[in-house]
Amino acid sequence: MSDDAPKRTSLYDDHVKLGARMVPFVGYDMPVQYPAGILAEHNWTRQNAGLFDVSHMGQCLIAGKNFETVAKAMEALVPADVLSLKPRQQRYSQFLNEEGGTLDDLMITRHVKDGTLYVVVNAGRKEHDYGWMQQHLAEGVTLTRRDDLSLVALQGPKAEEALAKLAPAVKDIPFMHYADAGIGGIKAQVSRSGYTGEDGFEISVANADAPKLWNLLLSDPLVKPVGLGARDSLRLEGGLCLYGHELDETISPVEADLVWSIQKRRRAQGGFIGAARVQKELANGTARKRVGIRPEGRAPARDGAVITDSAGREIGKVTSGGFGPSVGGPIAMGYVETASAVPGTKINLVVRGTAMPAAIVSLPFIPNRFKR
Amino acid sequence: MTAKYSKDHEWVIVENGIATIGITNHAQEQLGDVVFIELPAIGKKVAAHEQAAVVESVKAASEVYVPVSGEVVEVNKELEGDPALVNRDAESGAWFMKVKLSNPGELDELMDKAAYDKLVNG
Repeated sequence: MSDDAPKRTSLYDDHVKLGARMVPFVGYDMPVQYPAGILAEHNWTRQNAGLFDVSHMGQCLIAGKNFETVAKAMEALVPADVLSLKPRQQRYSQFLNEEGGTLDDLMITRHVKDGTLYVVVNAGRKEHDYGWMQQHLAEGVTLTRRDDLSLVALQGPKAEEALAKLAPAVKDIPFMHYADAGIGGIKAQVSRSGYTGEDGFEISVANADAPKLWNLLLSDPLVKPVGLGARDSLRLEGGLCLYGHELDETISPVEADLVWSIQKRRRAQGGFIGAARVQKELANGTARKRVGIRPEGRAPARDGAVITDSAGREIGKVTSGGFGPSVGGPIAMGYVETASAVPGTKINLVVRGTAMPAAIVSLPFIPNRFKR
Repeated sequence: MTAKYSKDHEWVIVENGIATIGITNHAQEQLGDVVFIELPAIGKKVAAHEQAAVVESVKAASEVYVPVSGEVVEVNKELEGDPALVNRDAESGAWFMKVKLSNPGELDELMDKAAYDKLVNG
């Protein structure tokens, strides 16, 4: 990032008032935790409803003369099937480079307004992504940044109960769809999605309305604020990729075990930047694969730790690692040679020069509880 | 003696030439929830300002430096089963290790409580 002072979301003052520890994160001053602490915030989200400020993420609209035009334009940039999206439906996908490596991951939603997609990209990649889209989207398809919008996520088994008190219609939103809702008089776009492995919502509102919405949601005893620290431990337990860790410009979505996000027609037809590698890997497999890792002891292995086989040969690296509060022990994700990627395979993690025993396990660590 | 403090946020109390060493309450607050502690082997010779232990919080690993030189004669086994004791009782029950001093003069370089509080509170 630049030397400029960190940016603030519309909820900055509210975080400070709540006693959050603010840290610089991809150019923003963001709450890493509130006074309750990461463990308590993590557990609260698994049991009740956690409220996250994710306004640093990039929200934008892609528009063309009709849905088919804009969907086809987007399909040139991502491996997901955009054309088959129904109004209000959303899909997870990735931007790939020509070599099939991942430039970012993103959410694509078919807006009810004809010829419009609502796209959400990672905070740390948004400037890149906006440029990439403007460079590669077909002529006549436009990108509009929506820096005027904030985004909060309400996640956990009680998220629906809490939000439905204010907007009963949210109960009827299917997983990976959105609805327009009034929440205490605030106009909001509410999608049933998230990044914790729990049921929940992501709520997009005008910046000016964000503090009112934030405090309204927090007035419910089921809801507590949750910072980026617990957001990371929740997504790690949920086996979800974080750009810059499980995904980067060298890693393909096939290696990352994201084939589920590439629908059948696209696998067969290709026609997106990076398709050559993706189709080749779909046919022939990959040399490495993303896996879940469970250390046998209590010591966490962090990002970058070398993974060795039982003979001590290096077979991969940890991409995210830490403590899983709901697992009750250390957990990690990483890439290993495909031959060693089978759950149950015994491996070692080199932590501070010592090889510590661990095993490959299937992901996620905590079963996802999305409402389908 | 009363506790002395290092700029690396350790505390030291010396009795009969043995230094009991832990991390300060300020350090535990900065670390957040502690989930794992790696302690040195008994008998290990340590030099002042050398890394002797590791504290892992939910977020990150942090190194613990010994403020004095000597030989590790005891470690707090309780921390292995209950690392969160550091969050509850950093400056007493959650001591890390006991070191038999080889150079007691090093203690003079450490701060008293007033000076340490000034360091962390500005």
